[in-house]
Amino acid sequence: MKAVTTHSNVLDPEKIRKDFPIFSKEIHPGVPLIYLDSAATSQKPLAVIEAMDAYYRHSNANIHRGIHALAEESTANYEASRQRIADFIGAAKSHEIIFTRNTTESINLVAHSWGRANLKSGDLIILTEMEHHSNLVPWQILTSEIDLRLEFIPVNAEGLLDLDEYKKLLTQNPRLVSFTFMSNVVGTINPAKEIIHLAHEAGALTLVDAAQAVPHFAVNVVDLDADFFAFSSHKMCGPTGLGVLFGKEALLDAMPPFLGGGDMIKRVKLRSFTTNDLPYKFEAGTPAIAEVIGLGAAVEYLDDIGMDTIAAHTKELTAYALERLEEVPGVWLFGPSIEHKAGVAAFTFEGVHPHDVSQILDRDGLAVRAGHHCAMPLHEKFDLPATTRASFYLYNEKQDVDRLIEGLYKVKEIFG
Amino acid sequence: MDDLYRELIIDRYKNPQFRGELEPADISYHDDNPLCGDKIRIDLRVDENDIVTEAVFSGHGCSISLASADLVVESILGKTLDEVKEMDKEMVLELLGIELGPVRLKCALLSLKVLKAGVYGLGEGESSDDLVA
Repeated sequence: MKAVTTHSNVLDPEKIRKDFPIFSKEIHPGVPLIYLDSAATSQKPLAVIEAMDAYYRHSNANIHRGIHALAEESTANYEASRQRIADFIGAAKSHEIIFTRNTTESINLVAHSWGRANLKSGDLIILTEMEHHSNLVPWQILTSEIDLRLEFIPVNAEGLLDLDEYKKLLTQNPRLVSFTFMSNVVGTINPAKEIIHLAHEAGALTLVDAAQAVPHFAVNVVDLDADFFAFSSHKMCGPTGLGVLFGKEALLDAMPPFLGGGDMIKRVKLRSFTTNDLPYKFEAGTPAIAEVIGLGAAVEYLDDIGMDTIAAHTKELTAYALERLEEVPGVWLFGPSIEHKAGVAAFTFEGVHPHDVSQILDRDGLAVRAGHHCAMPLHEKFDLPATTRASFYLYNEKQDVDRLIEGLYKVKEIFG
Repeated sequence: MDDLYRELIIDRYKNPQFRGELEPADISYHDDNPLCGDKIRIDLRVDENDIVTEAVFSGHGCSISLASADLVVESILGKTLDEVKEMDKEMVLELLGIELGPVRLKCALLSLKVLKAGVYGLGEGESSDDLVA
């Protein structure tokens, strides 16, 4: 399934949309879907749907267990996906790739396993004010057990991290810096490499929440020197129910297991067990085999198009959206200018609640997100009860933005 | 125009009739819907027979939650507190005159939740979900 010109570096969203069956659907009678909610979850190309379908039709068997041919085929497919995903993010070893349920579980794995084994009362963890709840609550839960100190890199009025304040926090002997690579609310792309380098200089480890970053631009965990790196399949054209945790081999090796059960053990006695090697040590129980194979297909699909091509496309589209949104009287854009972000435009509309904006846009088939986008502290900081968020991906085109703007003028008409 | 945004709702949202605060009030309660950030407070004054003589709301939210608050508050003037306790979801939907999906239903019912929690004398943060079931 390569409906895309791989050599031209310019993406044709009209062709791309043909790869995604959902776009043939009418969301209301006679109204096509204009999907501007990819930051919540992306749509799925046929290649991914077919890979999972083929797995269930032709190679379904549990992995790492049977001696029969089907089990061997299933295991080989599963491990080939792991290798493909490792290559996609530049990991040197495929066993540094741990499959979880989602980014949230990946972060919880680090908090529970690494955190409990390595942190003691009073230890400092640095987070940021723009974190998704998934990179706040696991540390709050751990703090209730270990009494950690949580400090936050402030977000300035532009929607950027205040790195001077970060440097001050780094002088207080932090153990871990856990931060988002790209904000799910305002789209800010944080200078991950610099943040990691500074953390290492201060003797701290790093965890990157890359849930929004990996779908949008090429990443390389070795170049970043990230210690832990978490992301979700469903935001990058893959299936739901699958997340990834990359961890440096030495760190993962030294960590105690997270969940216990089958597959994560070498041998079990009635009162004791020996843990399995990486990556299986952290993959207790039958994993999401079909989903792993689906994500392998998603990665292949994205690779064929090229992450740089996708990044250039969404950037251009986001720039166009910001420009057009600024024209609409009453729209206030939340977040940094285009050079610091990608893929997301968050805004408020004077006198109209985001729920109402979203509901009126829905009548024209426009799917946008309204609310706090799982980042209540960031909204509270800027005294915003909620915002409307339009997010863009490879299948969106300028006409989608034009429809959004037309929709907003209708909102204005109704509430004007 | 869409049924959901009928004139009454837009009008009550833009020009509420019962917006305000009472200091002091006989009953005052506030609550929010953390999902969408809507926040509503309702203040009441009652006479010696527990009849509502004054009622106002304040806060912020979407058109459905604020229009509903304005209409709910209006509807209880002259009612006894026992009658207010009897109010249910259907009465609010009748006031609004629309049908709502599950998410917007929460917007519409926030004011009733606040009102009944206040009349029943619930403490802050106590769950009042079953009051509007």
